[in-house]
Amino acid sequence: MIKWSRSAAPFIVLMKNLSNKEMTSWLFLAPVLFIHLLVVAIPSLSSLALCFTDWNGFGKINFVGFENFLELFGDRVFKKAVTHNLIWTSLFLTVPIALALLAAFLLTGVKRFQMFYRFVFFFPYILASIVNCLIWKYLFHPIHGLAAFFKDIGWESLATSPLTTKETSLYAVAFVDGWHFWGFLVVIYITAMYQVDESLYEAADIEGASKWQTFRYVTFPSIRPMFLFSFLIIIIWSVPAFDYVYILTSGGPAYSSEVVANFMYFEAFRNMNVGYASAVGALMFVYVFTILGFFWTLRKLGWEI
Amino acid sequence: MRISENKLRGAVSNHIILMFLALTIILPIMVLVFNSIKPDEEFGINPLGFPETVRLMNYYDAFVIGNYAQVMMNSLLLVTGTLTVCLTFSSMAAFSLAVLNPNGKATILIGIYLLVGLSIPAQLFILPLFIIWKNLHLNNTFIGLILIYSALNAPFAVFLIRSYMVQLPRELFEAAIVEGASTFQLFTRVALPLSWPVFLTTGLVVSLAVWNEFLFAVTFIHNEEFKPISTILYSFQNRREENYALISAASIMMAAPLAILFILFQRNFIAGLTSGGTKG
Repeated sequence: MIKWSRSAAPFIVLMKNLSNKEMTSWLFLAPVLFIHLLVVAIPSLSSLALCFTDWNGFGKINFVGFENFLELFGDRVFKKAVTHNLIWTSLFLTVPIALALLAAFLLTGVKRFQMFYRFVFFFPYILASIVNCLIWKYLFHPIHGLAAFFKDIGWESLATSPLTTKETSLYAVAFVDGWHFWGFLVVIYITAMYQVDESLYEAADIEGASKWQTFRYVTFPSIRPMFLFSFLIIIIWSVPAFDYVYILTSGGPAYSSEVVANFMYFEAFRNMNVGYASAVGALMFVYVFTILGFFWTLRKLGWEI
Repeated sequence: MRISENKLRGAVSNHIILMFLALTIILPIMVLVFNSIKPDEEFGINPLGFPETVRLMNYYDAFVIGNYAQVMMNSLLLVTGTLTVCLTFSSMAAFSLAVLNPNGKATILIGIYLLVGLSIPAQLFILPLFIIWKNLHLNNTFIGLILIYSALNAPFAVFLIRSYMVQLPRELFEAAIVEGASTFQLFTRVALPLSWPVFLTTGLVVSLAVWNEFLFAVTFIHNEEFKPISTILYSFQNRREENYALISAASIMMAAPLAILFILFQRNFIAGLTSGGTKG
């Protein structure tokens, strides 16, 4: 009895310090915090601890220091995956952004069919990754789809599958993901473009500015914050890119389309290398938060982000 | 006169480029639609075009062979379960952050916590989560996956609902307090009914995310009978690699409900999905 009350004492003090109002506000927060801690925070912290062990999911847990990381940096496949992720990021930072800027800029210039175009561009973004993959897996099939079509019209050299060719597999997967993603950028750019002061366009018109000059000196500076934001989310979202690679190629052929998330998945769920896979997860986490920290610092330094 | 001519020419060139871009999206989707009503034997001779004989039985076959009645129910159960848990918990949290204690230290701390939570790559926590779920016997269960989806969508839902509730006039709450409403009644009688537009947007986005989700579904559900539509389609294409008629019909069945919702609620969808963007 005494023991109980002693251990409960700090809690009672805490309760007294918290006002009634604060207590209820915490009560309302509790369910979300509970499930989020259980699903995200606790496993994340475990992973950050397990990456220093050689655990395989069943046996004893041994602390091995930075051994997993040293092994990773020497792992040929991991190095390949990291390179592919960097290529992936730079592809997404260029092609979809350029296309989306073009489409959004042209869209602001048309009245008729504008809602139709916006609907079409955004549509693949709401389709499931598996559906998008099935569409393109058929079109990129070595015998069916586009290959069969090219063969029919006599373009034999084009009748191959970019997904099963080592030189092109990564780009083919990135293409399918980009095809589904770029319409999202169109929508956020056009939202920003419509907030541009109309009188600036009128001024440009009077000065006789060309389309490119209008874009370069009026539109682009005005949407710069949104543009930088899209840059940030592309960098962050391309780190855990998984669905399209896993469904279309599983990283093959011969690791030619392997990316870090897929590498981690196979280490984790095929090989049950908990420690090793956690080390990959930890590196991804550190990378993402370094990028976030970098952007946050720029913002603190007074950059308009 | 000349200006308008120039403008007209400009508009035409705009339409040519935009139409080209639109076709790169429409044509591949058309091929999927054509394939879903194409008889099997026509695939060899007519890879991309409209089928010579329309075979709607593909849908029936997919429904029977793929057991789609059950599969769609599984996905629907995951969506409704997640909507219930996620929206209930998130609206409570949003109410707390927006109305009960809008300027407290807790609000800022929770805000930061949820923002950090949103940016953590799934690869960091999916494996320990799998081990925890195995020990709690939550693998291969709907409730296990519903809890995961609710937690993953909660930060977004809390932000969206909170940003709406913050704008509700405080006088309404004060009037209710004068009339003797308890905190719980403030939540259910005042805050919830007034915020329904944001629930539509949030609900649509959460439904979309759950219906389409792949990574957690493929990791946490291995029993064929519990699999949602995304991972059934994945195993379907692995098993019947060459049966494109059935796979295409099944894909259309997966996409159709969302396409209809998207057509009906395009504005809400886009507002919800880009809300992270507009907040900057």
